[in-house]
Amino acid sequence: MVTGLKLSIYGLIAIFAAMAANWGHDLAYRVNALVVLAAAAIAFWWTMTREARPADGPTDGPGASGYMDDVVRAGVIATVIWGIVGFAAGTYIAFQLAFPVLNWDLPWTSFGRLRPLHTSAVIFAFGGNALICTSFYIVQRTCAARLWGGNLAWYVFWGYQLVIVLAATSYVLGGSESKEYAEPAWHIDLLLTVVWVGYLAVFMGTLIRRKEPHIYVANWFFLSFIVTVAMLHVVRNASVPVSIWGSTSYSAFAGVQDALTQWWYGHNAVGFFLTAGFLGMMYYFVPKQCERPVYSYRLSIIHFWALIFLYIWAGPHHLHYTALPDWAQTLGMVFSIILWMPSWGGMINGLMTLQGAWDKLRTDPVLRMLVVSVGFYGMATFEGPMMSIKAVNSLSHYTDWTIGHVHSGALGWNGMITFGALYFLVPRLWGAARLYSLSLVSWHFWLATIGIVLYAASMWVTGIMEGLMWRETDAHGFLVNSFADTVAAKMPMYVVRALGGVLYITGALIMVWNLWQTAKGRVRGSEAPAAVAAE
Amino acid sequence: MANESTSQSLLKRHAKIERNATLLLVLAFVVVTIGGIVEIAPLFYLQNTIEKVAGVRPYSPLELLGRQIYVREGCYVCHSQMIRPMRDEVERYGHYSLAAESMYDRPFQWGSKRTGPDLARVGGRYSDEWHADHMEDPRALVPESVMPAYPWLAETKLDFKYVADHLRANRVLGVPYSDEMVAMAVTDIHAQVDPDHEEAEALLERYPGAQQRNFDGRDKITELDAMIAYMQMLGTLVDFSTYDAQANAR
Repeated sequence: MVTGLKLSIYGLIAIFAAMAANWGHDLAYRVNALVVLAAAAIAFWWTMTREARPADGPTDGPGASGYMDDVVRAGVIATVIWGIVGFAAGTYIAFQLAFPVLNWDLPWTSFGRLRPLHTSAVIFAFGGNALICTSFYIVQRTCAARLWGGNLAWYVFWGYQLVIVLAATSYVLGGSESKEYAEPAWHIDLLLTVVWVGYLAVFMGTLIRRKEPHIYVANWFFLSFIVTVAMLHVVRNASVPVSIWGSTSYSAFAGVQDALTQWWYGHNAVGFFLTAGFLGMMYYFVPKQCERPVYSYRLSIIHFWALIFLYIWAGPHHLHYTALPDWAQTLGMVFSIILWMPSWGGMINGLMTLQGAWDKLRTDPVLRMLVVSVGFYGMATFEGPMMSIKAVNSLSHYTDWTIGHVHSGALGWNGMITFGALYFLVPRLWGAARLYSLSLVSWHFWLATIGIVLYAASMWVTGIMEGLMWRETDAHGFLVNSFADTVAAKMPMYVVRALGGVLYITGALIMVWNLWQTAKGRVRGSEAPAAVAAE
Repeated sequence: MANESTSQSLLKRHAKIERNATLLLVLAFVVVTIGGIVEIAPLFYLQNTIEKVAGVRPYSPLELLGRQIYVREGCYVCHSQMIRPMRDEVERYGHYSLAAESMYDRPFQWGSKRTGPDLARVGGRYSDEWHADHMEDPRALVPESVMPAYPWLAETKLDFKYVADHLRANRVLGVPYSDEMVAMAVTDIHAQVDPDHEEAEALLERYPGAQQRNFDGRDKITELDAMIAYMQMLGTLVDFSTYDAQANAR
């Protein structure tokens, strides 16, 4: 009965997708339709043959732990794959800015189409999969309950991968909506909404069936992240499509209203996707890895409520000195500066958790990675409020400084804490006694750190330089530099930035090797006998 | 130790939230809605964000499709369309941007980064030929440029079969496209690239100030025509010799 219903739904989706592929107005939409058609066909085949297959074994029955970990394992793999894709795209477009010939004069490889591919791949594919899989892991452990909703978690996982593939192909083929960090076309937005509601249901359902009386602090952050992102996504993507058979749509808001809706969305994609969700990871993995309880329970309460209340107000600092009314700009600036406090409250809570275990930083490179990520969080959340001050922003806005700031947060905080979480999870999820190699973790750590330093430093140089060059006037009051002068001046630093990216992705590739070997249960020869300090 | 006991009771009260997932969800949601409502809602009725400025009109069909190409190619990742009221920006780019100038921009394209220069008032700064050559090979004109080349725009015929649907979608959202404008949308595209077209004058009545000529210099109506038509009208609609800045001081 249920199988019949599922089969008919997949069949209907396939038929609709075939119609869309046939009647689509633009290439991006038609290719999207073909991808959906393929996905529906696979789902159809999978459901049908499953009936015929004898019992599947323990793949989705309760595993040895009683937790639903298959989906977490799949999430770990997806995180690693999308991470490499996103880093590679970023490194490539960094080289494009230094050597524009790399655009190849082709639509599919031009910077304007690849840049959303890079940002979406790292934020939503790499970061999103990291959040989904760690939240599924953590919520089960801290609630002592299996994920709610049975296979719903699998729908969330595969639905999310489908959204990523659709968005990526759409950008490259010209389907971008050019809403920064919300570029997917309207039909992809609708699919993501459905998937996200499923995610909220799984997470809430698991919280409700928990066996622990209290909801652990990590889950507060995950829950607020899920519900806020739902709100932001729905409002920011409100639009009217030109046709149900095409990618193009027109935003429900225009001009200045659209601008503030954008940065209310965009800044809180940072605040909730890249901060609240990842703080959930911090509140679980840091205490676990250093085997100490969270430093202050009281601080975590204040941290949580202050952070989620204040973040929402900070969006207008992306619109200083624009046509947005001054009062809104000032409000955004003031709240951004206040936001420094809860941000550092969270950093202190994370770092001080190491009280009495600081010595482990010498022996445990995984803990070092987690701690450095919290350090980068602290630096980025100081730099951000500083840049939101209007006087500073008048120089920094529109420059590479912003790009550097974003990357010290994304590479340092989000990237490093995810790497730490992956090093924590893979041995446990694949039943290995320990990581394949701790010294490779150290290599990863140093390559990534040096890469970030190169990136951030070169962008400070170019950002401040171009900001100053743009406003430079001579004794007669004429502008000194043409725009092209400033572009030429930045060239060497663009090369340095791209090399920073190369170091960062090299470290990540070392991680892939290390995790692969760990999953196979191997231990690196030279480390096999005695190096057990971290266990 | 009054402080101690207040904070103890606060913790106790917070324990209620920690034990009830639904309560936590609802409270968190309420807390995150406040900032957005306070900041965004007033923009829909405050005078200086919804005022109309003489000259600003909806995009002509050709300009609108040109804008869609701008959106499709992701030009906003490197070009802003928002001139701030600082001396150097006004010198370099022209009068600071008004809210009204982007009132028909769905989505807005103010951008966040200037890897290339601001384009809010690029209209009329360069010739059509310059734009055509620049899209073909930016470094032939600006050796320092890092902009990708867009040679396919000149080679691709503009697809305007569904342009009336674009106007209709905008009209649903309140953009004042009349029935006539929707009905004449396809004709207006032909009329804008051909000043001798029989509807050429009617086009100007529908879209005052629209520029009419063969933008890319080619026989076919290409994506480059639409792109240059859009570039050449950017920032040109408001006549700043008659605009009274004090009338809408922010």
